Amino acid sequence: MLSLTKQRASQSRFKELNRRLQHGDVAFRALTILGALTILAVCVAIGYALWDNSPLPRAQFGLSFLTSSEWNPVTREFGALPFVFGTLQTSLMALCFAVPISLGIAIFLAELAPAWLRQPLGFVVELLAAVPSVVYGLWGLYVYVPNFVKPTAQFLNSTLGFLPLFEGPVFGPSRLAASLVLTIMILPTISAVSRDVFLAIPSSQREAALALGATRWEMIGQVLIPYGMSGILGAVILGLGRALGETIAVTMVIGNNLDLSASILHPGYTMASIIANEFSEATYELYIQSLIQIGLVLFALTLALNLIARFLVWRVARRTPAEARA
Amino acid sequence: MLNIQATAARDAPQRVKAFVRALDDNAHLDETTASALKMRVRALDFYYGAFRALAGINLDIFEHRITALIGPSGCGKSTLLRSLNRMNDLVPRTRVSGEILLDGENILAANVDVVNIRRRVGMVFQRPNPFPKSIFDNVAYGPRLLGVTNRQDLDEIVERSLRAAALWDEVKDKLNESGLALSGGQQQRLCIARAAAIEPEVILMDEPASALDPISTYKIEELMQQLRGQYTIVIVTHNMQQAARASDFTAFMNMTPERAGRIVEFGVTRELFTNPRQKETEDYITGRFG
Repeated sequence: MLSLTKQRASQSRFKELNRRLQHGDVAFRALTILGALTILAVCVAIGYALWDNSPLPRAQFGLSFLTSSEWNPVTREFGALPFVFGTLQTSLMALCFAVPISLGIAIFLAELAPAWLRQPLGFVVELLAAVPSVVYGLWGLYVYVPNFVKPTAQFLNSTLGFLPLFEGPVFGPSRLAASLVLTIMILPTISAVSRDVFLAIPSSQREAALALGATRWEMIGQVLIPYGMSGILGAVILGLGRALGETIAVTMVIGNNLDLSASILHPGYTMASIIANEFSEATYELYIQSLIQIGLVLFALTLALNLIARFLVWRVARRTPAEARA
Repeated sequence: MLNIQATAARDAPQRVKAFVRALDDNAHLDETTASALKMRVRALDFYYGAFRALAGINLDIFEHRITALIGPSGCGKSTLLRSLNRMNDLVPRTRVSGEILLDGENILAANVDVVNIRRRVGMVFQRPNPFPKSIFDNVAYGPRLLGVTNRQDLDEIVERSLRAAALWDEVKDKLNESGLALSGGQQQRLCIARAAAIEPEVILMDEPASALDPISTYKIEELMQQLRGQYTIVIVTHNMQQAARASDFTAFMNMTPERAGRIVEFGVTRELFTNPRQKETEDYITGRFG
C-alpha cells in the first residue's frame, strides 16, 4: 500500500498522461461521443433531406396539404389528410388493444407464471417480435382477416351499427383489420419490455405490500404498476413507434381507400402505405415530392408523439425512484 | 463498541456487568407477570429445497412483550421470523412442517387465509422499503387496504402511527413529500409507522437497525422502548447489546453440525444474559464464539 503511494507520487505528470492515453480512456471517450453525435446527425440529415426534396407541394398547396382530403394524381391535387387520419387512427386503436393485453402478458410472465413456464413463454413472446412484418401481412390477409376480423366487424355492425364508428358496409380489409394486425405486431414489444420492468422492481417492494396484508392483485395494481409506470410508458412508446411506421402489413390489410368516414369498419389508408403503394408509379415531380412530403409529415408526427410520450415519462419519473426509470 | 468486542474474551466478566446495568434500567418491567401466550412455534422444520434450515424449533411468544432472536449469521433467525407471517411463501421450493399457533390457530394449515395472517402479524424489514409514494400515502396504504376511505379517519390514523413511530414531529409539515426523500433512519421509522397503522397484533422486525447509522439505530431502540408493553414484538438482531437492552425474552439460536438452525436456549433476557444455562450460550454472549 505504502509503496504504491510512493510510486504514484514519483510518477511524473507526463508519465501519468501517457498511461491514460495508453489505456485508451481518451480514445474511448472520443469514440462514444462520435457515436452519439452520429445518431443526432442522421436524424437531422433525414429531416433535412425530406424537407429539401419536397419544395413543390409546399409552394403549391401550403398548409392545405395537411387539411385537404383530395389526392388525385390525374388532376394534380394532393392532400394528406386521409393518410394522417388513417395512421393516427390505426396506431392509437392498436395501442388501446395492445396495452392491456401486453400488461396482462407481462404481469403473468413476471409475477404469476410457474417457474418452468416463464423461460419458454418469454422466449416465444420475444420470437413474435422477430417475425418479419410481411409474414404478418400475409397471415393477416388470408387467415386473420377472413376468419376473425370480418366476423367481428359484422357483429359490431349488426349490434352497434347505429354509431358512426361502426357504420357499414362491412369489408374484410379495413382500419379495424389494420389495427388488429398492428396489435399483434406490437404486443411482443410492449410485453417483453414491461416484463423486464416488472422483473427489475426490487422484491422488497412486493414484501412490503404483502406484509401489510395486500392480496397479490392489490400488490400488483397498487404497488408494482405505479412503481414501474415510467418503464411501462417507455414500453408503450416503443410499441407506438412500431405501429406508426409499420408499412407492408398494414398496406396488405387496410384496403387502401381514401375513405375519410369515422367508421373503423371501412377501409382506409396510412401515410406509410400510400408511399409504399404509389412511389414507384409517381410519374411527375409534384407527385413524387408530395409523397416525400408525406414522409416528412410522418417523420415529424413520430417525433412529436415521441416527445409527448417522453414528457409523460418524465412527469411520471419525477415521482418514482431512479431504478424504475426507463 | 468495536473496542468492547475486540477485548471481549479477556473482559468477559466486565462485559456481563455492562449487560446487567443495561438490564437494570428495565427493572420496572417484570417480564414474567401474567402475559398470555400470543404465538407458539411447535416442532417447526423448514427446508430450502433439500437443505434443512430449521430443525425442531419450539418457541413461545408472549403478548405485549419483546422477544429477541439472537445467534450467529446463517443460523436461521430470519427464516424463523419470516415463517411467523408466512413471508417465506414467496420463496420458491421451500417446505415447512410443524405448527405455528397464533392465538391457538395453526397459521401453517392449508385452509388459512394468508392475507389475514399478515394483517395480524406485521413486519418491518432489514432495509427500509418505503413505497415511492408520499409519506402520508405510505402510512395510509394498509388502512386503505382495509377499506378506510374517510379522509378524517385516515388523517387520524396517520398521525397516530407516525407518533407511535416517533416520526411525527420530523415529518408533520411535509406529509405530501415522497417517503424516499427521508433519511435511512427516518425511512425505517416510516416503515414501522406503516406497519403499526393497521394495528397488527404482532410486529416482526428483521434486524431493523442493521442498515442504519448509530444515531438512527439509537432512535429505533428508543422507539422500541416506547412500544414495549403495548405491542407484541419479535426482533431479530445481530447486536447483543440491543437484545439485552430492548427485549424481555431472548432466544439464542445456533446451527447443528448439518447447519440447520435450532434454538439453544430461550428465557427471560436478563437471566439468559447474566446466567446462561448452556455453555454454548455463554460462549456466544461473552464473545468467545461467532
